[in-house]
Amino acid sequence: MTIMTDPPRDDGFRLGKLISDTRYRSITFQVITLVLLVLGIGYLISNLLANLADLGQDLSYDFLAAPSGYDINQQPIPYDSQSTHLRATIVGALNTLIVAFLACVTATVLGVIAGVLRLSKNWIISKLMAVYVEAFRNIPVLIWIIIIFTVVANVFPQPRDFRGEEATASPLFGVIAATNRGVYVPRPYFTNGFGLTDEEALSQGATDADAFELAATQGALLDWLVILAVLAGSFFAARAILNWANRTQEATGKRPATFWPTLAVWIVPITLVCWFMGLSWEVPELRGFNFQGGILMRGSLIALWLALSIYTGAFIAENVRAGILAISKGQTEAAAALGLRPRRIMNLVVLPQALRVIIPPLISQYLNITKNSSLAIAVGYMDLTATLGGITLNQTGRAIESILLLMLFYLTISLLISFFMNIYNNSVRLKER
Amino acid sequence: MSDTHAQSVAFVRETEIPPAPPPVTETGAVKWVRENLFSGPFNTIMTLLGLYVVYWLLSGLIPWIVNGTWEGSSIRDCREIIGDTGGGCFAVLGERWNQLLFGFEYPSELYWRPTLAFVLLFIAVPQVLFINLPRKLLILTALYPFLAYWLIWGGSLLIPTFALLGLAVGYLAFQRGEHVNFAAGLAAFVVGAAATWWLGGFVTAAFPNLLALEPVESRNMGGFMLNLILGIVCVSLSLPIGILLALGRQSRMPLIKYVCVIFIEFVRGVPLITLLFVANVVLAYFLPPGTNFDLILRVIIMITLFASAYIAEVIRGGLAALPKGQYEAADSLGLDYAQAMQLVILPQALKISIPGIVNVAVGLFKDTTLVSIISMFDLVGMIRGPILSSTDWVGVYWELWAAACVLFFVVCYGISQYSQWLERQLQTDHH
Amino acid sequence: MKKSVFLGTVAFAGLAAAAASAATLDDVKARGTLNCGVTTGVPGFAEPDANGEWQGFDVAVCRAVAAAVLGDATAVTFVPTTGKTRFTSLASGEIDMLARNTTWTFSRDTDLKFDFTGINYYDGQGFMVPAALGVSSATELDGATVCIQTGTTTELNLADYFRVNGMSYEPVPIETGAEAVQQYLAGACDVYTTDRSALAAQRAGFENPADSVILPEVVSKEPLGPLVRHGDSEWFDIVKWTLNALIAAEEYGVTSENVEELAAAPGDNPEVNRLLGTEGELGAMMGLDNEWARRAIAAVGNYGEVFSTNIGEETAIGLSRGLNAQYTEGGLLYSPPFR
Repeated sequence: MTIMTDPPRDDGFRLGKLISDTRYRSITFQVITLVLLVLGIGYLISNLLANLADLGQDLSYDFLAAPSGYDINQQPIPYDSQSTHLRATIVGALNTLIVAFLACVTATVLGVIAGVLRLSKNWIISKLMAVYVEAFRNIPVLIWIIIIFTVVANVFPQPRDFRGEEATASPLFGVIAATNRGVYVPRPYFTNGFGLTDEEALSQGATDADAFELAATQGALLDWLVILAVLAGSFFAARAILNWANRTQEATGKRPATFWPTLAVWIVPITLVCWFMGLSWEVPELRGFNFQGGILMRGSLIALWLALSIYTGAFIAENVRAGILAISKGQTEAAAALGLRPRRIMNLVVLPQALRVIIPPLISQYLNITKNSSLAIAVGYMDLTATLGGITLNQTGRAIESILLLMLFYLTISLLISFFMNIYNNSVRLKER
Repeated sequence: MSDTHAQSVAFVRETEIPPAPPPVTETGAVKWVRENLFSGPFNTIMTLLGLYVVYWLLSGLIPWIVNGTWEGSSIRDCREIIGDTGGGCFAVLGERWNQLLFGFEYPSELYWRPTLAFVLLFIAVPQVLFINLPRKLLILTALYPFLAYWLIWGGSLLIPTFALLGLAVGYLAFQRGEHVNFAAGLAAFVVGAAATWWLGGFVTAAFPNLLALEPVESRNMGGFMLNLILGIVCVSLSLPIGILLALGRQSRMPLIKYVCVIFIEFVRGVPLITLLFVANVVLAYFLPPGTNFDLILRVIIMITLFASAYIAEVIRGGLAALPKGQYEAADSLGLDYAQAMQLVILPQALKISIPGIVNVAVGLFKDTTLVSIISMFDLVGMIRGPILSSTDWVGVYWELWAAACVLFFVVCYGISQYSQWLERQLQTDHH
Repeated sequence: MKKSVFLGTVAFAGLAAAAASAATLDDVKARGTLNCGVTTGVPGFAEPDANGEWQGFDVAVCRAVAAAVLGDATAVTFVPTTGKTRFTSLASGEIDMLARNTTWTFSRDTDLKFDFTGINYYDGQGFMVPAALGVSSATELDGATVCIQTGTTTELNLADYFRVNGMSYEPVPIETGAEAVQQYLAGACDVYTTDRSALAAQRAGFENPADSVILPEVVSKEPLGPLVRHGDSEWFDIVKWTLNALIAAEEYGVTSENVEELAAAPGDNPEVNRLLGTEGELGAMMGLDNEWARRAIAAVGNYGEVFSTNIGEETAIGLSRGLNAQYTEGGLLYSPPFR
């Protein structure tokens, strides 16, 4: 017996079918949605235009080309108060990326350590880590940022404490000055590098201050590229030694010693290059109101960086712990049966497997760090929210334009991060099969 | 036999030796300490380090708390009382406690109203959180928002009553209309609710002072109360929106799906602070010329949108975790989309999502402190603004921030403990 | 009726629809309260006290306008605004007037579409340094770390001042005055710069005010005054003339104590009589009754009284009148005639 089904009766189109017939219903709904959406957006835009007309304003990004008029303390690229608002925006964006990057690195380190230690058998350590994780997870990050900012300002000595005969503070190892305005560390530079001194630049036809500075910065950049190239060369050489050792081991059963050759490959070239280019250190010195010279990590950067990394570290610790707990106990026991010590079990067996569980939430924590870095405004760190969304917005009164640009920036960053996360997730999934 | 035997062996013990206690080092506290704290050189170092950290923390905290003072009406009084003992000036907490909790503009004689609303929360919430309480108690939960609104904002009782009545009428109409189909039910709901509210408008206008409490304006809300209001209101409002967004994102209709995806990804991609800037400085441009509403309401709208995107993602995870068989089973029973979701899919998906939702709720509650950046006086705003800038209390930040930490910790830790408990409950259900 | 129905349906959500139409005066009268934007807290200028009552110099202007328009100096809803939010609040109609240490500048008056109704405080940006630094002039500040309260014109003035004088500095922008003071006191910056009035106000709250000195240089003109939206001249006139009434009252010796007396028994000074509404119809010309100025003065006192009770030399803030004295005493205060 064959199964008989009624052929669909085609009794023509009725209006009711738009709702009752599944073939049309989804189209009906989508058309309704589209109409509502267009109406809604149109309504908002017409309001916007009406309001702008009332206030006699317009939408324009011309203000970005006007001089900003304010100074920014931390400038990854040259900037002064005569630069444009656009340049201030870029400086702010770079500052956002700097603090987000630094915080991602330290938060990961902190989180992994805390997550592993929280599972430690040592009662005191595991309880301390539990206190750390719970304290930071359950109190708003804004409060932590402000508290750490206050701590930085009040705990470290002021520059003037370093001064005079009866100085109450002294630089660490004589070169690192930790003040409540920031930490000054020595800056490496090359006396014999590609950077041109003023006399050399003069002989090449430089005339004004800008040309001197350009010659110097270009040379310094070239110096660092050389260093980077040497380090990369060392890296590949070290890998080659390792491969050679592996091959020899497989062929002969004996593994040649690799430690000393590798060490030599890393150290000798870079030492030679540094010596040749005349590596020197610019040590910060107290002159006038502040330390001068060296690299300054500002108090606001340190506070924001610390707060974001400690706060997010607590969340990462929980992700790490969950990842480790997700690895079945049999794995640990099997490794122990093979005679591995607890540390090696963690490093060789558990962590590599746990990484698959840990990394997706880890990346969304990176996203959170980037977004939370917008709270920089509370400690006076000049990130994008403080420049474009703060002073520029205040001075020009271009609220809609500024906030739109601000949102676009963060959106781009998070879409990029999600994009890489998806790539990673897909690659992990492929390996599983 | 026995005799000879007795002669050949000088002594045979006839009872068992009582079991000797294990060596001291293998029992009780000593064993525990050895195994847990000093099992190896590395562990010993860690223990000593840990002990030092504990000592360092306590040596800083204890004198501060023990030598602290609760007396005095300004930082100068405090300094006199404390002297050099390193104690804290907790007097500021006593002096400004009400401001920390309620903000500085909520009328002090009306503090009992938000307090009562807060206490009632404990009657309204448990039945949602604890699955084994009788379901009938959910009626209290449904009534609570209206009662709490009346208590906190004041005004005539008729307004929340009619708001509630409108919803009730709408629900009845929905049940009638649902017999036809879901869309008709929805339409009936809208018509029913709107009609009741419209009629209610005449009644409330006629009796503006019936059972009226003294009204308090939204902008007078402040302090920790504002954090709680924002947290609770936004999470509750964002739940239904989040469910709709999650369903929309799973929809087979491309337009609806992409609208939801774009919304969710956009909101999750930007920091909350930019959305608050929108609420504060930009939203007014998108409203009809001449309208203008409360900052607190604008902020509630933006935080709700923000939270609903995150909740949608949690619920999407719950939906994805359901075995496909559940969807197919619902289909094979001949349930339409609305019925399948309502009766089969959502109850299970939501149950899986509860821990995630609670996490979002805790995160959101903490994020309500960001409103201090847009000049609202929540707990953090009160401290950063009026209290620390007043000449009486300039420079007492540690005590104030400690108080803020304690308040937030108690609430958030409590909720997250509940979430973990719930997770364990749900786990046993599965196995 | 339509509006009430609308309110009935949506009021439970806390939504209060208010029209920010051209006729601000009608709105204020209909609402029964004046929405006045103030700072989030500058001692002496606008600050909620322990009871949550707003006090201060700017607050008094709000109260005077409320007294003139509504007859009740307490019928004011104070809306705290930050540097970022103040202009949007005013433009969107959330507030009817802004009395918040706001500097009258060309672009704010024209480009941002506001109208400054006058100047209630002539201020200028100054510098405060610890006395221990031994600095006596701002020209010695080369290389200093400077704390700035952001969101005002201060950043721009500071950048200009240091650039013009060929000096370098390290700016530390801080959001709230309280946090800037905290950084300054902790020595995280050498200099704290903002308007001199605010410097004096905050210095008054220090443990040892004498440890800090305010440098003599004034690097900018900061005429502070209340402002309203562009395009509502009637409302503009009311706010402007209420402020002028306070200034004129001081000039003519009308105080909160003798105002009732002078109004009850009109003297022979026609200017005072017109001000107090016992002669002429000045109030009616603005759409108010004739006793508007009398109520404003009775509520908050004349300009001199407002100054001395909130920020004057007898208070902890201890500002001298300086530029803010009457023109007859060498200051800049000069009210156009009430005629």
